[in-house]
Amino acid sequence: MTRLTADSLADSERPVASPDGRAADDQPKWRRDFPIDSGQDDYVSRRELVKFMVLTSGAFVAGQVWLLVKSVFEGSAAAPPAMAIASVDELPVGGAKTFEFPAGSPPRLLVRTGPASFVAYDQQCTHLLCPVVPAFEQNRLHCPCHNGWFDLATGQPVAGPPRRPLPRVTLELRGGTVYATGVELGES
Amino acid sequence: MSRRSRFVRSQRMTIVNGMLAFVVIVAVLQLWLLTASVNAYLGGDDTIVLPAALASLACFGLNAGLLRYLYRLE
Repeated sequence: MTRLTADSLADSERPVASPDGRAADDQPKWRRDFPIDSGQDDYVSRRELVKFMVLTSGAFVAGQVWLLVKSVFEGSAAAPPAMAIASVDELPVGGAKTFEFPAGSPPRLLVRTGPASFVAYDQQCTHLLCPVVPAFEQNRLHCPCHNGWFDLATGQPVAGPPRRPLPRVTLELRGGTVYATGVELGES
Repeated sequence: MSRRSRFVRSQRMTIVNGMLAFVVIVAVLQLWLLTASVNAYLGGDDTIVLPAALASLACFGLNAGLLRYLYRLE
C-alpha cells in the first residue's frame, strides 16, 4: 500500500494554509467548523448533514416511544362509567343523535334501528375523520366527503375508501333510558 | 501532537457521501415505520407498536454508529 506523504498529495488535497500558519488540526474548533478551504468546507457541510439526519432518526425513535407509552397507559386506563345518553322516547325509529362518551371524547352517533334496538358508533369516518351520517333506508352510514359507506348493524366498511370499521359504543337499555357502557375498537 | 487521518480528503468525501445516502434511506424507512405504526394504532391495533419501536431504535443505533465512525475517521 502506498504511503501518503505531503509530496504525493494532489494539489486539490493540499490543505490551505491558515492565517496563523498553524496546522489544520491545531486550529480552534470554530475555524475547523468554518474552513477557508472550499473542499474542506464541502466535507464539513456533508458531515453536518449526516449529523442532522441522525438527529432526525432519533426524533423518529422518540415518536415511536411516545406511541408505545401512550398505548401502555391507554391499555391500563379504567373503563369509563356508564352514562345515560338518550331516552327511548326521544328518538323515533330511524332517528339519530350525537353524544360524547366519555365527556370530551370525539362525537359519537346513536341511531335507533328498531322499536327496542339502538346502535352507536364513532361519528368520525375511519378514512379521514369526516362525520358520518345515517342513511337509514339503505341500512348504512354514509361519509359524504369521499363517498364512504359503513354497515349500520356492524359498523364494517362496505364501500368507498374506508378500510377500518367504525369504533362501536356498547349500549344498554335500562328503564326507558339508553346507556353507553364502553367503546370497542374494530379489528384493522 | 495532532493525529493525521488515514484517508485523504477525496476519500473521506466519498465515504461521507455514501454514509449520507445510507443514513437518509434509513431515516426515510423510519418515517414510513412511524406513519404505519400511527395508522395501525389509531385503527385499534396496538400489537405493532412495540416491534416498530424496537425496529426504529435499531435503525437509530445503526445511524449513530455510522456517525461515530465518521468522527473517528478524522
